[in-house]
Amino acid sequence: MARYLLRRTAFLLGSLLLAATLLFLLLRLLPGDPANSLLSVGATPEQIAAARHQIGSDRPLPEQFGSWLGGLARFDLGTSFVSTLPVGQEIASRLVVTVPLTLLSFLLAVVVAVPVGFLAAYRADRWYGPLLNGVSQLGIAVPVFWIGMLLVTVFALRLRVLPAGGFPRHEWEDPAAALTSLALPVVTIALVMSASLIRYVRSATVDVLGADYLRTARALGSSFVGAMWRHGLRNAAVPVISILGIELATTFLGAVVVESVFALPGLGGMLVKGIAEHDYPVIQGVLVVSTFAVLVIGFAADLVQRLVDPRLRAHLAGGRP
Amino acid sequence: MKRSPTFLIGCVLVALVCAVAVVSLLWLPYDPSDTSGGRLVPPGGAHWLGTDKLGRDLLSRLMVGARIALTVGFGSVLVGGVLGVTAGLLAGFATRWLDDTISAVLDILIAFPTLLLAMLVVAVRQASLGSAVLAIGLAMSAIVARLTRVLVKRVLAQDYITASRTSGTSWPRVVTEHVLPNIWPTLLVNLALQLGLAVLAEASLSYLGLGPPPPNASWGRLLQEAQATVLTAPTGAIAPGVLLVVLVVGVNLVADGFRDLADPTRRRSR
Repeated sequence: MARYLLRRTAFLLGSLLLAATLLFLLLRLLPGDPANSLLSVGATPEQIAAARHQIGSDRPLPEQFGSWLGGLARFDLGTSFVSTLPVGQEIASRLVVTVPLTLLSFLLAVVVAVPVGFLAAYRADRWYGPLLNGVSQLGIAVPVFWIGMLLVTVFALRLRVLPAGGFPRHEWEDPAAALTSLALPVVTIALVMSASLIRYVRSATVDVLGADYLRTARALGSSFVGAMWRHGLRNAAVPVISILGIELATTFLGAVVVESVFALPGLGGMLVKGIAEHDYPVIQGVLVVSTFAVLVIGFAADLVQRLVDPRLRAHLAGGRP
Repeated sequence: MKRSPTFLIGCVLVALVCAVAVVSLLWLPYDPSDTSGGRLVPPGGAHWLGTDKLGRDLLSRLMVGARIALTVGFGSVLVGGVLGVTAGLLAGFATRWLDDTISAVLDILIAFPTLLLAMLVVAVRQASLGSAVLAIGLAMSAIVARLTRVLVKRVLAQDYITASRTSGTSWPRVVTEHVLPNIWPTLLVNLALQLGLAVLAEASLSYLGLGPPPPNASWGRLLQEAQATVLTAPTGAIAPGVLLVVLVVGVNLVADGFRDLADPTRRRSR
């Protein structure tokens, strides 16, 4: 396990470096000088030069890349062109909204999708099996922001039981207020996410239900619940865990759209604003932090998968990460 | 060959949206940017689906929206398919070192959902129809490339490839005669699913104001504009969403149908 951990960590660090390089190149190689965002239309050549100097875009690319990587290593993401505040601090303050939003939606989606997906497979012959299937088919086709809009209309505008958007100014000082303002966004994301999760849980369950080892266990006198618990669950969990990792990452990044539906001051809102204002340090910073989160989630999902599945552990000596 | 009813339903739904898009090229009830219709007119009478807060005819805008959704959908599948299949073939045939590099880059690109990569492209280019197609196509190409690579590797490991090579077939001919015919059914299913995702991604981009700019009446933009008046004019906030769902469900059902055709073993288990 130690050797695997070492290799996987090396791979994680390598991916981070590669991701940082890709982001830098993508943003620099495409046309347009980042300094343009600081200038008005009729800027004089001196003003342009000053702006380029201030931002550092007059320096050669390798040098810019070096200072950007050096900053990253010291957790310094630069300062925003527009607000002139450190990007790192603003991201940290935004994560207070985005991280709870992601985790709560993820939890809710899992709690809904696992039993429903199991039922859709186990009771495929009853009337609600195909119905659950159809609903999840519909769920993956619905734009997440539209669900948000509809939920706001019903629960905030018509019934007036939950706020339509925004987040308390004092953030988590009053947890109840913070949670109520997250309620609709969480339900929105969880609905869409559980739709796709249900499909994975269902197909994993179908595979397990038809497996020889389950029939053998039953023939040897094990109860259905016992056999599912000892054999079915573990086998079904393996593919589902890797999907869960991907889904968690997608939720984190998918919060971008939902945050704008509900006017939440999260990472997504920051990115959209950064793009609108051509604020390169903000765009770069948000994307680096998101990539980091996504890669770490993938790392964690891999580890959990190996803990659950002894076959993967035995395979460690060979296989690539 | 007997086709499943869901496949037929999918075809009908997609055909319906395509028909609306074609009709929009030939005839529209009103000019979609004409604001003389009176604000927030309820459905019925001269405006079948009513007007928006600027007095523009909703039906006309919805019809133009179908055109945009299909343009971006098929356009980005074309971009993503060509780029992705090329990169995937390259990685599949490449030396171990090059293959590892391409795979690592693909893994990182795939870690990003389509929407975020698309936002990155829009950030450095102007928001336009072309940007949306390019952005979504680029993001999609990583997913297509990884799939192609796996499929190519699987085919190349077969004995008939060795036999074909030994009998003197060149690599390009191996690709056209053995690799592509073997992998296209799976690729087609995936591209169809990607089409649905591209339509959703475009809607999200437009909703965030990063999609094709006005006067392009994309469904995502229509929803965003109707959000403020959802209580007084609910049609505007519902109709574009329903059309989006119709198109994406249709595309997904067609993809499922393709999958059943491509893989006969799945037909009985469903």
